[in-house]
Amino acid sequence: MYTPQMKELIKKVEETRPQRVGVHFPRMSPEDKQEVLKKYHPDFIEAGFSEITVGVNKGDRVPLELATLIDARSCIENVELDLDQYDYDVDVLVIGGGGAGAAAALSAQEKGADVLLVTKLRFGDANTMMAQGGIQAADKPSDSPPIHYLDVMGGGHYHNVPRLVRALVNDAPIVIKWLEDLGTMFDKEEDGTMVTNHGGGTSRKRMHAARDYTGAEIMRTLRDETLNRGVKVIEFTAAVELLLDEDGKAGGAVLYNLETEEYQVCRAKKVIFAMGGSGRLHYQDFPTTNHYGATGDGLIMGYRAGAKLAFLDTIQYHPTGAAYPPQILGLLVTEAVRGRGATFLNIDGEQFAYHLETRDVASAAIIRECVGRKKGITTPTGMVGVWLDSPLIELIHGEGAVERMLPAMVRQFGRFGINISKEPMLIYPTLHYQNGGLLIDEHGETNVENLYVAGENAGGIHGRNRLMGNSLLDILVFGRRAGYHAGETYKDVKLKKLTLEHVKKYHAELEKNGVATGGRISPMLLPRYTHREVLEQEA
Amino acid sequence: MPQVEMVDIYIMGKKYSVPESLTIMDAMEFAGYQLKRGCGCRAGFCGACGTVYRIAGDYELKVGLACQTKVEADMYLAQIPFFPAVKGVYDLDELTPTAASLARYYPEIYRCIGCNSCTNVCPQDLNVMQYVAYAQRGDIARCASESFDCVMCGLCASRCPAHIAQYFVGILARRLHGKHVLPRADHVQQRYEEIEAGTFDAELDDLMNKDIEELKSLYNNRDIE
Repeated sequence: MYTPQMKELIKKVEETRPQRVGVHFPRMSPEDKQEVLKKYHPDFIEAGFSEITVGVNKGDRVPLELATLIDARSCIENVELDLDQYDYDVDVLVIGGGGAGAAAALSAQEKGADVLLVTKLRFGDANTMMAQGGIQAADKPSDSPPIHYLDVMGGGHYHNVPRLVRALVNDAPIVIKWLEDLGTMFDKEEDGTMVTNHGGGTSRKRMHAARDYTGAEIMRTLRDETLNRGVKVIEFTAAVELLLDEDGKAGGAVLYNLETEEYQVCRAKKVIFAMGGSGRLHYQDFPTTNHYGATGDGLIMGYRAGAKLAFLDTIQYHPTGAAYPPQILGLLVTEAVRGRGATFLNIDGEQFAYHLETRDVASAAIIRECVGRKKGITTPTGMVGVWLDSPLIELIHGEGAVERMLPAMVRQFGRFGINISKEPMLIYPTLHYQNGGLLIDEHGETNVENLYVAGENAGGIHGRNRLMGNSLLDILVFGRRAGYHAGETYKDVKLKKLTLEHVKKYHAELEKNGVATGGRISPMLLPRYTHREVLEQEA
Repeated sequence: MPQVEMVDIYIMGKKYSVPESLTIMDAMEFAGYQLKRGCGCRAGFCGACGTVYRIAGDYELKVGLACQTKVEADMYLAQIPFFPAVKGVYDLDELTPTAASLARYYPEIYRCIGCNSCTNVCPQDLNVMQYVAYAQRGDIARCASESFDCVMCGLCASRCPAHIAQYFVGILARRLHGKHVLPRADHVQQRYEEIEAGTFDAELDDLMNKDIEELKSLYNNRDIE
């Protein structure tokens, strides 16, 4: 429930609303965008970054919190392991139980591989489940993969790896057809035509959705199918270190049962990392939309084994994270809300940016409004935010539109006494996505032979900024590509003796460079929260 | 500075004093837990944190997702992060969207005694008993729609005297609906065929080879639908 003071401020929003209907706020020019990004986007805050001191990307700039995990020792340094005794011996090991992992497992198995999928939480506990807005694919007559290509490149500020973008846009309609074949309930017209909408930075309406449970609908469908096909799945088991063979090729992983705290050895001819992002590292103290398990484990393990990182100095802050109520601070307010017409407003009820700017520009504009211009709205716990005028959607699309189009949002705010059909939402940018990751080729393979990466822990596809609806897409495109390629080529792999020599070498390099690891070990696996800060806040 | 309001809660019977503004999940962490089970997306989508509780002096058993429910004074709670239920194993291609398909894998749906416990317990406020009724009748479309917002937390199955695993019935209905009832998108099939035929290859190759200045100019002058 909003406080009386906040309700008073909402009156200003209501006052200006009739004058704002149908009025188009001007888009920023390319120069204006650069200016607001440089001044206000967290990627440009130098104190939030540090240089990597060891390994193939030595000297590269990454977020401070990630750098401390890269400059850390392996969590199994003192664990006794017999690498010649395998607890599991499979063709393809998939690590991670989100959308990319499920797609990879299904695809590799389809090609005849014996697949094992391990995940440190439950199968399906992943950012995929939380993606609300939609999935892009150029499958309408007015659209085409080349038009999609241009949107992706422009959105990524032209830094994207072209052949990865090509794979992404080319496979997009194929993925939609695959999902349709699997019985995914997309929003459709009566004749079967997909209902598609705009997202930030799209030039065509190509956002496919399943109400605002798009990711959940895709995840539960893929999970159901993976279980139907009899893929072996082990939950609450994390990978903690990649195993290489004596030739330096990927050959399995050390697994850790979170509940019994036992370590196990899995040999595999092909390893597919699908371990997601790193929002739970809370870069620059931002709240995050990310899943509990998003601790960047794949980046750490891959990097120790010599896989290259790319674009990890660019993090996506989702412009619309919940700033109020405090119980859902940082929670994702789907981009579909602005996709359907809701606009950003300051304390005076004035719009200050075009509502469909790309995520980086929109976030920077909101931070400028709050921090630079001091025109944000302050909550009782000291958070600052701006309004996202959801009731405007009712004026554009008719009464009941919010309830019909955004049931998850209505429910989440409704639980805390806020009716978003009638009251605006208070939002502030929230840590959402790591644009970079382990660099892959168009098959999803890294520079470490037989190591594949799919999903958010992969890098290169989105350049320096990902567009809405392209991550649900990329996890499936590259999950499938990695799975198919691994499934087609595992038979040619002759594994030699497994080793953890690369970890020893990594430690030696840390020591040689005088890096003070301060007792830090990684991967992190799970964050630790105490919520003591609540005690510091005003009641 | 005013004091933070604290309340006593009982996690599996053990008393802790926690700030009253916290969710159940945050309160458990405040109390010192590092959650493994019973914590997932922390945003009400994944169903990992189904929780049952009673308030002292109140006979009623209440439920909620730990990440979406605020603590209350004298709340006695336990998480139910897993509930055993058997999922049917099927090949969707071979099934028809009928009551018979649902009954083949989940015959218990006909044992429903209409007690409405499932609906009362649903943290998503779904009308669970209603969608089971649609399933009994073979009304796949309504069953799919009514169950759509299900997060598969399993609380319904935990309370069902007829041993139904409602959430598994729901997903089978939704997949049958998506696959066999909703009309196919012709434009998707058409685009799929064009891609297979290599229709866009030349244009994509051309774009891949353009320098950044050329791409910028194309991007900044592109028409927007």
